[in-house]
Amino acid sequence: MSELIHKPAAELAALIAAGEVSSVEVTRAHLDRIAAVDQRVHAFLHVDAEGALAAAADVDARRADGAALGPLAGVPVAVKDVLTTKGVPTTCGSKILEGWRPPYDSTIVTRLRAAGLVILGKTNMDEFAMGSSTEYSAFGPTFNPWDLTRIPGGSGGGSAASLVAYEAPLAIGSDTGGSIRQPGAVTGTVGAKPTYGGTSRYGLVAFSSSLDTPGPCARTVLDAALLHAVIAGHDPADSTSIPAPVPPVVAAARQGATGDLSGVRIGVVREFGGEGAEPGVLAAVREGIEALVKLGAEPVEVSCPHFTYALPAYYLIAPSECSSNLARFDGVRYGLRVGDDGTRSLEEVMSLTREAGFGPEVKRRIMIGTYALSAGYYDAYYGQAQKVRTLITRDFTAAFEQVDVLVAPTTPFVAFPIGSRTSDPYQMYLADLFTIPSNLYGGPAVSVPCGLSEGLPVGLQIMAPTMADDRMYRVAAALETVVPAPVPPGL
Amino acid sequence: MSTMTVSYEDATARYEPVIGLETHVELGTRTKMFCGCPTEFGAEPNTHVCPVCLGLPGSLPVANRAAIEATIRIGLALNCTIASWCRFARKNYFYPDMPKNFQISQYDEPLCVDGWLDVLIDGQTVRVGIERVHLEEDTGKTLHLGGATGRIHGATESLVDYNRAGIPLVEIVTKPVPGTGARAPQVARAYVTELREVVRSLGVSDVRMEQGSMRCDVNTSLNRPGEPWGTRTETKNVNSLRSVERAVRSEILRQAALLDEGGRIVQETRHFHEDTGDTRPGRSKETATDYRYFPEPDLVPLAPDPAWVATLRAALPESPRARRDRLQAAWGLSDHDMQSVLNAGALALIETTVAAGTTPEAARKWWLGELSRVANETAADLGTLATPSQVAELQKLIDDGKLTDKLARTVLEGVVSGEGSPAEVMAARGLEVVSDTGALGAAVDEAIAANPDVAAKVRDGKVAAAGVIVGAVMKATRGQADAKTVRELVLARLTG
Ligand SMILES: [Zn+2]
Repeated sequence: MSELIHKPAAELAALIAAGEVSSVEVTRAHLDRIAAVDQRVHAFLHVDAEGALAAAADVDARRADGAALGPLAGVPVAVKDVLTTKGVPTTCGSKILEGWRPPYDSTIVTRLRAAGLVILGKTNMDEFAMGSSTEYSAFGPTFNPWDLTRIPGGSGGGSAASLVAYEAPLAIGSDTGGSIRQPGAVTGTVGAKPTYGGTSRYGLVAFSSSLDTPGPCARTVLDAALLHAVIAGHDPADSTSIPAPVPPVVAAARQGATGDLSGVRIGVVREFGGEGAEPGVLAAVREGIEALVKLGAEPVEVSCPHFTYALPAYYLIAPSECSSNLARFDGVRYGLRVGDDGTRSLEEVMSLTREAGFGPEVKRRIMIGTYALSAGYYDAYYGQAQKVRTLITRDFTAAFEQVDVLVAPTTPFVAFPIGSRTSDPYQMYLADLFTIPSNLYGGPAVSVPCGLSEGLPVGLQIMAPTMADDRMYRVAAALETVVPAPVPPGL
Repeated sequence: MSTMTVSYEDATARYEPVIGLETHVELGTRTKMFCGCPTEFGAEPNTHVCPVCLGLPGSLPVANRAAIEATIRIGLALNCTIASWCRFARKNYFYPDMPKNFQISQYDEPLCVDGWLDVLIDGQTVRVGIERVHLEEDTGKTLHLGGATGRIHGATESLVDYNRAGIPLVEIVTKPVPGTGARAPQVARAYVTELREVVRSLGVSDVRMEQGSMRCDVNTSLNRPGEPWGTRTETKNVNSLRSVERAVRSEILRQAALLDEGGRIVQETRHFHEDTGDTRPGRSKETATDYRYFPEPDLVPLAPDPAWVATLRAALPESPRARRDRLQAAWGLSDHDMQSVLNAGALALIETTVAAGTTPEAARKWWLGELSRVANETAADLGTLATPSQVAELQKLIDDGKLTDKLARTVLEGVVSGEGSPAEVMAARGLEVVSDTGALGAAVDEAIAANPDVAAKVRDGKVAAAGVIVGAVMKATRGQADAKTVRELVLARLTG
């Protein structure tokens, strides 16, 4: 059954639908793989073998009854530990939520279940999705299957690593500043951030509410699009969810797979072409763009002058929102409680709990955000950052008057060695230099494999206008026809 | 703490009070502000909760349209401008009755702004400016055990009930009200009273101060005439109309005494104590809190459709003031008599009784007389003693000659103690007027036979002596006869 784990999700779904293999067999193959390699990769924080096999058996039974099944029914999926799963531990990579079993499913998980996908377990992540390497997980880092001494990106390093370790054919991530795309780039997988509001945040434990976007992770563009179609769409439980039909992402991926991009104008972001990225990354991205041009795309150099202010604006907006979002973790109602020995006041117990429960990066951002929202500083920091956000949105709007999509590197560097950037937060923050603009704007963006640099994967980022997610899938699928995803070394 | 005391007259002669009121009204919507949990009062603790109102990780709020509608209607009734675009904001502070450790409220972009409400003080209109009306979520309720004060400090155990968490709460903030002088406490009370009437007339809240569905904070400052306004204090825990008045008065006295001896007023939160009638400082830390307000990113901005607002405006009910003026004119009452009706809380009861066919005079007589007396004696709510239709029925029995005034009072007693409708009580207790002249005639004959001396006097022209015989007849019929008829029968027999 080991060949099953190497197959794309679309193919597994077809085999299951045709009755050539059962969902239980597919699920068991992946659970076996997890058992075999996850000690070395550490992609998972929790494996729900029992729940997965039961869900798989249910799909098989429904198929046997002749029930109509969705296009990914029976296919396993790994879910980032930031999404609530009823009765299944949800920690967000934090000690403060250790042992918490949510009483409800997030909308994304509800939709996965309804579509017959089989949830294998919960994947590792930087604590509360704050980080770019998964090293800030309170439960230890995830290791990049390309080189186990290197990071798999973050915050969704667990989801990306699970794909490239063949532990799961599909995974769910969440992208606040690049947490789906950057792990996709450094693991040689596809990671898509949908339009903000295109996928529901209900049950996604909030880091930065105005930026958080759940999205699909896969090894192929078509798989990502299929998963996107399952999880996207209006959700009345999320006030910021967009009440509009899901863009035709699957059709776009199939259209792109024909390899024809004639008539597509691709904007090359001038500000992201020079400094700040490794030469090997820039070279691979240049070759990727040339490949797109060969497929018929028309390259246009565009300037987005405010993109350079995206990183500082992001590091005010995201910490500000997180300082408020994470206030609820106080030991009163759920999760960790420290120091409640009958002698301490409520305030002391709250402080001790938060002191012990949060890691250094989370504390750093809570402090920054608390400061930025303080009376007397609000206008200079949070207010100013919101203005930058408006300017970046204008840059995008202006650019999309000239071109259909924008392209840039996903991240400035390939997977770096574990421990090499944790001592200097700014060096870590630079990983999101190219991904943050799309979050501030709210538009969709995807990272798609684009060759190697120094033997490690490079990602090309394709950004599209809001609610035009289909465009990026078309371009990404076309690139895939000429620059196939690199195959990782065996584990 | 000042040791000096000043008289209220002295205090308000030397200082000008400026007051301001912040009133919270819990809306009576079926469901909570941001989730589908029911809002009923008095359920088992923590049974009306869900991931959203418990603030569980990952949960998200969705605004309740009915609550927004109610807030807009309150704003319109208070002559406010309704914002065409506004946002919710997060108010950040740690307290265990707030599941998220922030409250979803509104900050610099409230839903309704810049209105007014007129109140009548001794026949004179005082216009109170309304700064803003905004919408927010209520907190849970904490119960602190083991401490001496019932406060969180010193408690050994605290219990939290989140049933109230997330119930829609409207905050109505007045502009500062200067220039009311010694009448400031009265103005404060009249404003809250009128506001309660307005909100009640809209049917959006039961506005019960004793149950906490209407709560009031009072701001007070003093300044010498001609000088800028002084530093204000905010008094919380003011839970009745009477307390509103007392709290302002007490704060004026306290501040005046402090200023008299050269002291300085500190901007602080104080608590009103019902038992002593004074205000005492809360934790000074509370005023130093920086709430770090910022726009709530989990909710899209609120942009009420102008057509919707216009529809709501057109459908507003008659204002309480217009209704009062109309009824006063219709009933032909003096200002003083009208005030008595209002003080007794009998306006709607009389209105309904009149609508059931009773004359305004009779309706007023029953509600302000016998029933108000019972209400006062038993500390009961006037409206719980009898229904307007019962009062109307009672009056009808009198008008039809079936009951005398005196008998009617006895019947009412039975109605109040739950024995049934006036007709039922009358029948059950056998209180109907004895109008059968045959039966009555027999009683008269008996009385005359039993009092031959008196009868002789009457026959001799001493008509006044007939009262003894009338009294005997009344006694024999247990008061159920009409005294006038009895007297006529007696005189007819003895002098006719
Ligand atoms: Zn609820």
